[in-house]
Amino acid sequence: MTKPLRLLAASALVLAAGLAPAWAQRTDVTVAMQLEPPHLDPTGGAAGAIDSVLYSNVFEGLTRFTESGEIVPGLAESWEISEDGLTYTFRLREDVTFHDGTAMDASDVKFTLDRARAEDSTNAQKQLFASIESVEVVDPRTVQVKLAQQDGMFLFNMAWGDAVIVAPESIGEIKSQPIGTGPFRFVEWVQGDRIEIARYEDYWGEAPALAEATFKFISDPTAAFSAMMAEDIDAFMAFPAPENLPQFEADPRFQVLIGSTEGETILSTNNAQPPLDDRRVRKAIAHAIDRQAIIDGAMFGYGTPIGTHFAPHNPAYVDLTEMSAHDPERARQLLADAGYADGFTTTLKLPPPSYARRGGEIVAAQLRAVGIETEITNLEWAQWLEEVFTNKNYGLTIVSHTEPMDIGIYARPDYYFQYDNPEFQALMEELNRTTDPDTRTEMLQQAQRIIAEDYVNGYLFQLAMTSVAKSGLRGLWANAPTQAVDLTGVYWED
Amino acid sequence: MSLAEREPAPTPAAARRQALPRSLWIGAALSVVFVAAAALSFIWTPYPVDGMDIPARLQPPSWAHPLGTDHFGRDILSMIMVGARTSIAVALLAVGIGMVVGVPLGLAAAARKGGFLDEIIMRANDLIFAFPAIVIAILITAVFGASAVNAIIAIGIFNIPVFARLTRGGALSLWQREFILAARVAGKSATRISAEHILPNVANLLIVQGTIQFSLGILAEAGLSYVGLGAQPPTPSWGRMLADAQTMVSLAPHVALIPGLAIVLTVLGLNLMGDGLRDLLDPKVRKART
Amino acid sequence: MLRYTLKRMASLAVSLAVASLVIFLVVEVAPGDPAAFMLGINAQPETVAALRAELGLDVPKWQRYLDWVGGMLTGDFGTSYTYRTPVADMIADRLQVSLPLALYALALSTLLAFPAGIYAAARRGKAGDLAVMGATQLGVAVPNFWFAMMLVLLFSINLGWFSAGGFPGWEEGLWAGMKALTLPAIALALPQAAILARVMRSSLIDILGEDFMRTARAKGLTRRQALWRHGVRNALIPVLTIIGLQFAFLLAGAIIIEQVFYLPGLGRLIFQSISARDLIVVESVVMLLVFAVIVVNFLVDLAYAAVDPRLRSRT
Repeated sequence: MTKPLRLLAASALVLAAGLAPAWAQRTDVTVAMQLEPPHLDPTGGAAGAIDSVLYSNVFEGLTRFTESGEIVPGLAESWEISEDGLTYTFRLREDVTFHDGTAMDASDVKFTLDRARAEDSTNAQKQLFASIESVEVVDPRTVQVKLAQQDGMFLFNMAWGDAVIVAPESIGEIKSQPIGTGPFRFVEWVQGDRIEIARYEDYWGEAPALAEATFKFISDPTAAFSAMMAEDIDAFMAFPAPENLPQFEADPRFQVLIGSTEGETILSTNNAQPPLDDRRVRKAIAHAIDRQAIIDGAMFGYGTPIGTHFAPHNPAYVDLTEMSAHDPERARQLLADAGYADGFTTTLKLPPPSYARRGGEIVAAQLRAVGIETEITNLEWAQWLEEVFTNKNYGLTIVSHTEPMDIGIYARPDYYFQYDNPEFQALMEELNRTTDPDTRTEMLQQAQRIIAEDYVNGYLFQLAMTSVAKSGLRGLWANAPTQAVDLTGVYWED
Repeated sequence: MSLAEREPAPTPAAARRQALPRSLWIGAALSVVFVAAAALSFIWTPYPVDGMDIPARLQPPSWAHPLGTDHFGRDILSMIMVGARTSIAVALLAVGIGMVVGVPLGLAAAARKGGFLDEIIMRANDLIFAFPAIVIAILITAVFGASAVNAIIAIGIFNIPVFARLTRGGALSLWQREFILAARVAGKSATRISAEHILPNVANLLIVQGTIQFSLGILAEAGLSYVGLGAQPPTPSWGRMLADAQTMVSLAPHVALIPGLAIVLTVLGLNLMGDGLRDLLDPKVRKART
Repeated sequence: MLRYTLKRMASLAVSLAVASLVIFLVVEVAPGDPAAFMLGINAQPETVAALRAELGLDVPKWQRYLDWVGGMLTGDFGTSYTYRTPVADMIADRLQVSLPLALYALALSTLLAFPAGIYAAARRGKAGDLAVMGATQLGVAVPNFWFAMMLVLLFSINLGWFSAGGFPGWEEGLWAGMKALTLPAIALALPQAAILARVMRSSLIDILGEDFMRTARAKGLTRRQALWRHGVRNALIPVLTIIGLQFAFLLAGAIIIEQVFYLPGLGRLIFQSISARDLIVVESVVMLLVFAVIVVNFLVDLAYAAVDPRLRSRT
């Protein structure tokens, strides 16, 4: 086609469709994800999908995560920490309003924090607020938080979706009508299908490029594939079927974003159940596992091997994968040393995600190769939570621990690993009281080594964040430092 | 998918007679192929059924792998063979449960027609029929966990009313017959009459219905394991093979095509055989209804 | 007739009561706590306890059962634990998908089955009959979820004519909604059509053997005229019964198809609620489905009894 003809055709199309002129940027986006939130209160549920839709878009906290996982000021424009590290004085931003038009001030912050740590609180991450002793309103733009003990993670904790600022006026309806301070306001939720949000015109900060956005929920991977291929959606965050990614990569209409998540995918081991209570047995399991085969087989190559419970993109990460290199001979020897020359049988209980189901089948085959038989049971999440997590009735399970900086769970002897090491517990306690960054890094590295040397769990890989988007879409987060689909910086490019 | 939606297709024998040999033969041949494959898998499969070879995954059919390989590089032919075993075992045991429980209930109900026991049994049957089978199967596995055994129980429960109704219907008409009257006059108890005279005469009905419930059982097992509620890995099952294949359809269609065809051919074979058997065993069978 | 109706109504009430008890017991003994599920793995025990109290899960089971049954009798199905919306509203929402889907599938299967069944009956024993019967044999042997996958492979992935799943909502227009339901309806309709065609055929063949058909022929009607004027009409009674039962089945039985096509229908609601242990939703939806089937059966029985007084003596 010659150029004028093409122009003519293009304008005819525009006229026919009754759209805005062709040179205007698109200002809407439809982003799909797999799971639908059960309700819309980030401070009252663990479902990651709640944060995915609302974090940074509709709700904001005192601090916030950036794409790289850094903590930057959110609704607090600055803060001061007292000498003893026990008093945090937050200076709030000016002219912040909730989407219902009411002002956001220090009393809302006090309300939010007190509500989250109250006795009858249903906040899923109540431990984030455990160190708070009291919250005082100094003036409408100043709030003072006193801690019972030093907490090196406090500013980090305040960035979580579970700590976003909510208002007493709108809290009653928050589960269906979320009202926050973010750049987008909630418009509509068609249950089972989508949630729509639109630009909030009185936002305190820089206005987002998008005027409206739709989150669409497509749980089935095949439907996800075909919806993307048909361009019914503009992006799919955390695309569920890694096997389809090469097809998108090969297609010029699409881009594939590969980033990292905070999800350490591990072969969780019941450290209190014989014979898994024997370090040699756990070490044998670690050597029986071929991480690369699991990453290739279950995730089609997407994922980074890990040797301990820590995210590889974190500066404090130590690469300890060599300590549990694939070595079936060694594994058999270790089993023999522990008195299990003929192997043994244990259970492998798998939750629904495909990393667990597929990874589990591969792990089972690898363990069988060294003489360990596993009885696989596929569980739903509710069953997994009860049987494995609460009742600790399991030998092995595979799960991705997606909470950021969660190595502290190894200091809880009643946690489902049932790992009880006083040395590690003491280290974590000290870490919580430490605020100096360098000392903290050192301690975190020591912690990583301790659990790797104890072979607490089989450390498999860091879950990759693989998203698909149309090639013109810019500003989507490739990484997932927390479960969020932050649309504030998203725009269309020609 | 329904576990018990279908009663034997009421086909007058006259119409079928012409097609009888053919349907029976085709059906029997198909069924034998799958039973033989299942039996053979006990002693031999082309490859170890859990032998993974991830670099060789999703290969189309070739000389080395006549039906190709799956997403872990396992040989699909071997998995189909062992999967046939799973399907047959689950369906057979489910039919067994239905017969062992359902037939005595049906006999008892017919022996005291209109009595309290009859009323209870028939109402309970109606009740089971009223439950959406797949939902109950999902609930059962949610309660007791997903496993082949629980799949058998879930399918078996829905076979009970099928056999109970069928037996009752068949037995009711028999109770009116002369030779039963003669036995009653001779002083035989209802239980004895049921066992000695009624049961042998409804056996044909049961065999035909058994074949059909068997094929339905295979469909049901496939459906349950497709949603993850049947036999657990590494035991191969056709339904789970399909579930695993779902996201690979666009990459390697054969992984979704082959297990599906295996199900279709097996069920088709059993249905044809059931139809043929019905015509062969009892030309008078028209509607096996109460 | 009145006596019979009363008796059947009493047994209907007993059936419903037993059904509600069975459903409640099965659902309640399932391991897994809705509150623990909602709060995830970092939740502290006292948080879970607080949520359980908020949800009303801390009262004794028998009291919850009575509350549930009592509520249903007054039309109140309770409030979902996870979504915190009235269960009745959720069911109404999901029925907007499930009901049209069931009707669509039923229409398709009827359109397919009637001509096929009539044709086969008219050509009984001939090649056309054998071909139709062979096709129905194939139809009942195909697992509908696999058929659905094949439809997606062909029409969505290869040809791109339909989307592979999801439902845009009726507010996007009738056409968009129907389009989204087309592949699922076809997948559901095929096995149903095969069954229906077989019933149609055999019912028609039975009728053709009746005396009044011979009378009709004797009156000078051609075979074809007799078939259409008298045969088809009379053969419809058993066929309509099957259609009624199929409809009830389609409402609940679409659960796997709804899963394959990601349709926000009743079946998926059950699936989601079971996995989230949203017990009250599971109980209410299953009860509703059982209620529908029991009532349909009841009405069918009454209709038959009204037509044929001999049946009234039967239990």
